[in-house]
Order: sequence, then structure tokens, then C-alpha cells
Amino acid sequence: MQTPAPVDYVRATSVANALALLEEHGEEARLLAGGHSLLPMMKLRLARPEILIDIQALDELRGIRVEGDELVIGALTTHAEILESPVLAEHYAIFREAERVIADPIVRNKGTMGGSMCQADPSEDLSAVGAALKGTVVIRGAQGPRTVAIRELHEGPYETKVEDGEILVEARFPIRPGAGSAYEKVERRVGDWPVCSSGAYVVLSGGVVSDCGIGLTAVGAPHFCAPAAEEFLIGKAPSEENLAAAAQLAADACQPQPDQRGPADYKKHLAQELTHRALRRAVAACQGA
Amino acid sequence: MEVTISINGTPVTRDIEPRMLLVHFVREEAGLRGTHWGCDTSNCGTCTIWVDELPVKSCTMLAAQAAGHEVTTVEGLEKNGELDPVQKGFIECHGLQCGFCTPGMMMTGRWLLDNNPHPSEGEIREAISGQICRCTGYKNIVKSIQWAAENSATSEVNA
Repeated sequence: MQTPAPVDYVRATSVANALALLEEHGEEARLLAGGHSLLPMMKLRLARPEILIDIQALDELRGIRVEGDELVIGALTTHAEILESPVLAEHYAIFREAERVIADPIVRNKGTMGGSMCQADPSEDLSAVGAALKGTVVIRGAQGPRTVAIRELHEGPYETKVEDGEILVEARFPIRPGAGSAYEKVERRVGDWPVCSSGAYVVLSGGVVSDCGIGLTAVGAPHFCAPAAEEFLIGKAPSEENLAAAAQLAADACQPQPDQRGPADYKKHLAQELTHRALRRAVAACQGA
Repeated sequence: MEVTISINGTPVTRDIEPRMLLVHFVREEAGLRGTHWGCDTSNCGTCTIWVDELPVKSCTMLAAQAAGHEVTTVEGLEKNGELDPVQKGFIECHGLQCGFCTPGMMMTGRWLLDNNPHPSEGEIREAISGQICRCTGYKNIVKSIQWAAENSATSEVNA
């Protein structure tokens, strides 16, 4: 039987109240949102907070909206809500394609964007989406809000720039008119963590790639992204040859660990192939295919 | 801590440890053993119940989180002494063998039909993709939910 160790529980009544509670309890406190990363970690004693601050009721942290030229996703927005969001799908197919293969429908009803990002699992899919789209997160602490690029959010496995006493409140993604995007994932079975995932967006202008982003997860891509591959594509025609070469650059930058999901060379192969497929479909979407 | 959770419309108040999982509250505190407790790791889905009409895996939620919310379990599917069409479907189509996954499958099946009264086979399979039937009786589970979709209207008239 797996059950968490004894812990105290309190419900926050507002973001300000949650920040005050974090301040009061220090490093022994953890925020509880959907609980689908934290509770499993607590059952395994990989996390052992003394008090949980439940922020589930804070509606100010929930929802998806357009603000100026950015898409904003509140931290408490669930995977299911991201999957079903028409406004996200309108701008970036990558959200729906990634969410459809994150965990399973029941888990997606509880797991949240902010929880996934803060868990910082090295195989987490939304981190690859956020890195591909060059999004940012807004983190609030006693000193007010600060903005961090998703490509700089992760300090390492299970470690982010969100400090004790801070809350990740939302993620923001620039809207890029005409962009095409796609997400590719290989998993052993439905609902599993990826063996490898790769996502991309592309903007074409005058027959060449004018802007692009590539994100990978589970294969040891530094900061979940592939900047060398992106730089290579800028100004080039989106030919099969160029996309394959970019995908190879993305794979070259990965340092996958061999584990029960496969050996390192297989994962590198997947990084190349899945990046190629994601780029190919992103380009096709741009061209209106 | 004292919590009150409404289960199938009945408030249940208990003094619990904050670490108690919702599945154990339902089974041990409320005494509703229809909800099964399986893998403990949010993989198998047999503990699926509704919280505020949304299916969740109750092994991965604290009872404290559900305090003040509405929980519906498999015991709540029956209305006015009559089984829900999904429950009838599982009987009609031999939708269970050992029965361990059945309560979770039925909760997801009912939720799916409430939101999509005429799902395709693919939509049913996707809806139950977070739930495991170790007898591998998926074909009949799908048929049972299809039966319920086809027979829901009739049953409502009879009720």
C-alpha cells in the first residue's frame, strides 16, 4: 500500500494568502494543485513536505486567454482544458497534439500545466512544447512577479528557477500569425512517458523559413530545445533535405540515458526521426496543406 | 482534520488524517466498497470516481482535497431503484469477467455518454484508455458502453 507520510493541509484563499503561507512555513511547505505529480512523489517518499498548501480553489490561476499578441495559460489550467481549448488549437496545433498523448483522459482531468512545469520531469511533454514555442512563465513571490523563459526555467531534473516562497502563476506564448506546428511522440503504451517526443513550429516567408522553434523531451536535450537546428533552418527553403539536416543537428545535441525505454542510440534515432516528422508537418500546416 | 464530503448526495463527515487518500475515505470511512482500490499509482483506473462530475483517479487525490465537493461513486449510478443503462449494458454484453475494473469503467462510460451520447468505437476506446482490464475484456466493455448509448433514451422514458 502506498500512502503519503503524515502531512498537514491548508487551503489557500488567494494567491496573496498562498504566498503568505509559503513564507510562514518555509521550505517544508509544498503547493498542491492537481496533485498528480506531487502525491506520487510523496507516496514514494521522494518528496516529504510537512505541510501542503492547496491552491486548487484559486480561480484567478485558471483559464486560457489571449492578451495582446500572447496566449496566456493559467497555472491551474488542466491538461484536459488545454487539449480542448479552441483558441490554443487555432494558433498552435502543437498543444492539442501533445496533450492528446500526455497521460490518459482521467489523469488529464486533474493534472495541471503549472504542476507539470514545476515538477520538471526530464521526460515531461509540456516542457518540450513550451521550449519549442519559446514561451515564458510568470513567477510570483513576495517581491512581485518576474518572467522567466521556459528555456531557462529548468535547472536540471526536478529542479526549476521557482524558489521556495514563489508560485508559478501562468505561462505565456507569443502568437505568430501563419505559424504551423506539430508534435510527435513515441511511447511504449498509451499514457506512458515518452521514449522520445519532439515538437516544432515553423513560419515561412518568401519561400524560406523565417522563424522556427524545436523542443524535445526525454532524450537529454539541454533545456528541452535545439537552438543549433533552429539557426540552421533560418533563411533556408523547407526542403526535405534541409529538414532532415536540421533534425540531425537536433539529435546530435541530445544526450539520452539508456533505460528500460530503450538504448541511447535508439533514442537518438527517434530524436532525429520525430524532429524531422514534426518539422515536415509544421511546414505542411504553414503551406495550408 | 474534520472534513465533509458529499458522496452520492449524502454528506459524510469524518475526522481524518490529512494524508488519507480519497479512495480510502470512500471505501473505509463511507463504507462504499463498490469503488475498487488497485494499483495505487494512477495507472489502472479502477478507483475512478467523479468529483464535481469529472472522473478522477481517487488514489491520487487526498480526501482533504475533496472536502466540500460532490463525489459520485458507482453506487450513485442507480436511479430510483433502476440500474443505469451503462450498468445494464455490462450485464447484457458480458462486460465483466473478474469485475475488478468494472466500477471505474462504468463511471467513465457514464461520463462519456453524458458528454457525447453517441460516441464512436474509437472515442469509447480513447475514453477508457487510462483504465486497465487485466482479463483483457475490452471488446465487451466497449460493446457494453455502446449498448448503453443505444438504450439510454428508452430507459429514460421507462424511468
